[in-house]
Amino acid sequence: MSETYYQEHDECMSRQALEDLQSRRLRELAERLYHSTPFYRQAFDEAGIDPARIGGLQDLPSLPFTVKNDLRAAYPYKLFSAPLDDIVRIHASSGTTGQISVVGYTRDDLQMWAQCVARALTAAGASAHDIIQVSYGYGIFTGGLGLHDGATYLGASVIPASGGNTKRQIQFLRDFGVTGLACTPSYALLIAETARELGEDPAAFPLRFGVFGAEAWSVGMREQLESAFGIKAYDIYGLSEILGPGVAFECSAQHGLHINEDHFLTEIVDPQTLRPVPEGEFGEIVFTTLTKQGIPLLRYRTRDISRFITEPCSCGRTLRRLDRLRGRSDDMLIIRGVNVFPSQIEQVLTGVTGVSSNYQIIVSREGLMDKVLVKVEIEPDFPADEIARFESIERQVRAEIESALAISVQVRLVEPKSIARSEGKAQRLIDNRKEN
Amino acid sequence: MAQQLSIFLENAPGRLAALSRALGEGGFNMYALSLADTSDYGVARIFVDRPASAKDYLEQQGFSGTLTEVCAVEIPDEPGSLGRLLELLSDNEVNIAYSYVFVNPLTKQAINVFKLSDPGAVALLEQEGYRVLDDGALHA
Repeated sequence: MSETYYQEHDECMSRQALEDLQSRRLRELAERLYHSTPFYRQAFDEAGIDPARIGGLQDLPSLPFTVKNDLRAAYPYKLFSAPLDDIVRIHASSGTTGQISVVGYTRDDLQMWAQCVARALTAAGASAHDIIQVSYGYGIFTGGLGLHDGATYLGASVIPASGGNTKRQIQFLRDFGVTGLACTPSYALLIAETARELGEDPAAFPLRFGVFGAEAWSVGMREQLESAFGIKAYDIYGLSEILGPGVAFECSAQHGLHINEDHFLTEIVDPQTLRPVPEGEFGEIVFTTLTKQGIPLLRYRTRDISRFITEPCSCGRTLRRLDRLRGRSDDMLIIRGVNVFPSQIEQVLTGVTGVSSNYQIIVSREGLMDKVLVKVEIEPDFPADEIARFESIERQVRAEIESALAISVQVRLVEPKSIARSEGKAQRLIDNRKEN
Repeated sequence: MAQQLSIFLENAPGRLAALSRALGEGGFNMYALSLADTSDYGVARIFVDRPASAKDYLEQQGFSGTLTEVCAVEIPDEPGSLGRLLELLSDNEVNIAYSYVFVNPLTKQAINVFKLSDPGAVALLEQEGYRVLDDGALHA
């Protein structure tokens, strides 16, 4: 299968050339941070590090981490390294816990971002000949404009549909010759479902590929999306603190996400000890932005859990890959001491006939015991007229979750469409333990 | 054999009302209803005119439904008649998954509905002189 690259030189360079480039950029970054950002000057001074003496990658483990709270405390602009005159765009994280983190982009940053997204779109098979519908929310959230700029940079025809008004989305997909769709995977499923309700077959749309991100999603969900629309579905990863979408992306091999390592130096660390995990093991992803100017970050702890895939990729890119995200450590549940990600439960559900992958996990505490209730929608055409049949589906789901995740759960079937749909990120988890 | 429409319902206020309203709005006439329930959900088993289009209509309205072939038998209105029928089934080791009674809208005769473990039992019942109804004998 023929694979083309957007920036072949950067995506396919030798490991040695890449590490030399990263070392040089890291030295420049340390100097820049020390002289332009009081927060980092203080952090370097406290750790007794002279930025002029940083030689390269080998010095990375001695450098200070940055965490989400540092960004919140710097609200709104205190972590910016470039003067506001040079900042041409401001975005912010969704801020589920109240305080939002603000990020700024210079003109060069926006160009680098657009190139990173163009690499991702190219890896998904897109070119200037495509018509790409961007159905992420436009606005302060990075998804919409990030994909918009990348697709524009690539030269595709871009439809800035933004999120919402699903009937209109379907009209564009059907009438505008759209070949590529970019949105959250849960919104893509909602579009397919709504199309069917309107009596249309989403597989009949001219759509050829989807680039889906901003949520951890399972392989089972990929299969659903691919068969619903008759497309190839690719994962794109990013976070606003580091860039927005485009930090890493899937290629035609659909096995892991290539990190744009010339721009983002990546470590996987043990969240407790903060030391690198053995290569290939799961841990927290840590990024250092090598080229960003607006708000460069050193060793930013993402709270996202993944691991490196080390084997060479069949697509020819030498950029190292991240495995499919297990989820954010914020979404990680600790149930009686076992780490559980909603995406693992989703993976089980997609393998059970008769239930959909619309689900909700409700965690509560009874006495000292954590109780997990998984609500899952039954398929509209599930052929059952006896209670025993429904109970046996519940038992099957329960047994498969228990065997896959080693936790015991209650399972409750609910009616189709009774779990609220989202046009953005899906609300899969309700944790009632925090109220106590 | 007659067609019963089985609908999955959450055990919550308003769900049966929503089902009935949906059938009414779709212009479907329901003439038998039996509910089986657990604490969380249940199954509404109904007889309705045009069962296949009722199923499609309800699925569009967001319900989960299925058509089930059940055995609908006319029962003579006299003491001991149901007992004799049940003994006949048990003597032949036919198990009953569920059962309920309604009145035939056309003949005003009592009808007993059975979901039987062995569909072949219909022949047995007919041999013994029972009238086993099909959809045509129920819908005008």
